[in-house]
Amino acid sequence: MSPTIEVSGVSKRYGDQYAVRDVTVALGAGECVALVGHNGAGKSSLIKLLLGLTTPTGGTIRVLGEDPAGNAAARIRRQIGYLPENVAFHPAMTGRESLDFYARLKRVPTCCNDALLDRVGLETGARKHRIGTYSKGMRQRLGLAQALLGDPKLLFLDEPTTGLDPALRQGFYRIIGDLRDAGTTVLLCSHALTELEGQADRVIVMNRGRKVAEGSLATLRSLAQLPVRIRLTVPDTGFAALEGELTGIFGRTATRLAGGVVELVCANDDKLDIVRRIAGIGTPLDDMEIVQPSLDEMYAHFLRQEAAQ
Amino acid sequence: MSTILIIATKEVREALRNRWVVAMTLLMAALALTLSFLGSAPTGTIGAGPLEVTIVSLSSLTIFLLPLIALLLSFDAIVGEIDRGTMALLLSYPVARWQVMLGKFIGHAAVIAFATTLGYGAAGLALWFGEAGIEPESWRAFAAMIGTSVMLGAAFTALGYLASTIVRDRGTAAGIAVGIWLGFVMLYDMGLLGLLVADQGRTIDAGVINWLLLANPADTYRLFNLTGFKNVSLFAGTAGLASQVQFGAPVLLGVLAAWIAGPLTLAAVIFSRKQI
Repeated sequence: MSPTIEVSGVSKRYGDQYAVRDVTVALGAGECVALVGHNGAGKSSLIKLLLGLTTPTGGTIRVLGEDPAGNAAARIRRQIGYLPENVAFHPAMTGRESLDFYARLKRVPTCCNDALLDRVGLETGARKHRIGTYSKGMRQRLGLAQALLGDPKLLFLDEPTTGLDPALRQGFYRIIGDLRDAGTTVLLCSHALTELEGQADRVIVMNRGRKVAEGSLATLRSLAQLPVRIRLTVPDTGFAALEGELTGIFGRTATRLAGGVVELVCANDDKLDIVRRIAGIGTPLDDMEIVQPSLDEMYAHFLRQEAAQ
Repeated sequence: MSTILIIATKEVREALRNRWVVAMTLLMAALALTLSFLGSAPTGTIGAGPLEVTIVSLSSLTIFLLPLIALLLSFDAIVGEIDRGTMALLLSYPVARWQVMLGKFIGHAAVIAFATTLGYGAAGLALWFGEAGIEPESWRAFAAMIGTSVMLGAAFTALGYLASTIVRDRGTAAGIAVGIWLGFVMLYDMGLLGLLVADQGRTIDAGVINWLLLANPADTYRLFNLTGFKNVSLFAGTAGLASQVQFGAPVLLGVLAAWIAGPLTLAAVIFSRKQI
């Protein structure tokens, strides 16, 4: 089966400034891929290219088998949902009216719209109010509702969770998870990296228009070779003894953090061996925690690497 | 419902919601009623028909007012939606760009048509009840005035769309809209007069002037309404001019229609290539 999205060697230039530079990416059905990068890294530019809002200055794009800026674009757009960054609606219209308008454009019966608004959690009372009175979270939920119209095969979500509180964010990812399980391809743009953990099958790191790294979180971790931190919580009385023992085993002292926590830093490959040895030491431990490098740290690492080249 | 109609309906609904329609209709009706009452007061003794006087004064006013309203309504139509981000969302739907532009234009033109017909129609109705013995010919001239007023509004709406499409910034679009209004409505005729005075009739004859008048939708509108009907041109003081005009009503209407279709087509072509 051909991939849902196929981008090969695509560049987009504005004047002498590259917004996207020589990017090659493929997305299959039912995949959830996160596009991460700074503001201005080219994430939104890439999504606009995939939507056919702009045309590439080089390379080819195929979305659902068609050129998104070509003549067949209107047909494939019936199967695409898009939630733009800072989604905006006409402030004088009500939430329900706006959703009905978009449903009609997509040739989706408007009778299911209430169920859709239930799904994204926009209260019944708010639907009859003007969008001008909505909070950021309510606008975002309405934005997600319009993106979900007509059960799209492909979803583009540009910074979907900015301005949402943690509870809403979780609800958001639950919906996205359900869609992915149902076979929808999701391309998600974000710079809130920590929340992508456990959500994205694959992460594409972008910087200044280029694709810097790509892979599952585990792949990126092994590529980055960032150190793992092992944190041990010990009773106050046991600290001196533990420090002695750790120095005996590893030949170096551990760092002491706040709250009676001791931190050891090691390479990912040595992790298991060290944990085994710690289990054998005499000082009683209250707790042990292994901290993997976060997406933020990996991202910073890839950017440093890119800058060094 | 077709895509164009869906978009046009939404545009009308927004205009109703933000009181554009109400404000515009009231303004048009107030001006038209004022003019028709003022116009009907002094005519009894000199024998001029009250409807003709109203047509002359109302069409002169329309030339200034309607283009301004049309440009105000339209300069933001494309660039404003791009600016707010609603255009990117709209274009991610199964719609072609020309459908978006045509739909929005039809919506705006409908608003202008509604306000003009209702506003000026109120004046006509007042005269219908107030005055006896108005000739059918005069009513035809009045109806034609309303119709061409709508066309004039649509032409400047199309010009406003063109301004809204060629720039990336709302401020610039507003500036261009003001420039279009100043150019076509205020400066063009002055320039033409200056040209005539400077030329002293050596190279520019009536034929050239006629063509130059067609190059401006406001002047085309003026020619149609002030010279198209004999009983109107008598009171407008343009009877002499009317004998010089080589164009019949169909030509003038065609030119007005071209002033609608031309800018709109150009705007649609530019919009279809625009990087949002």
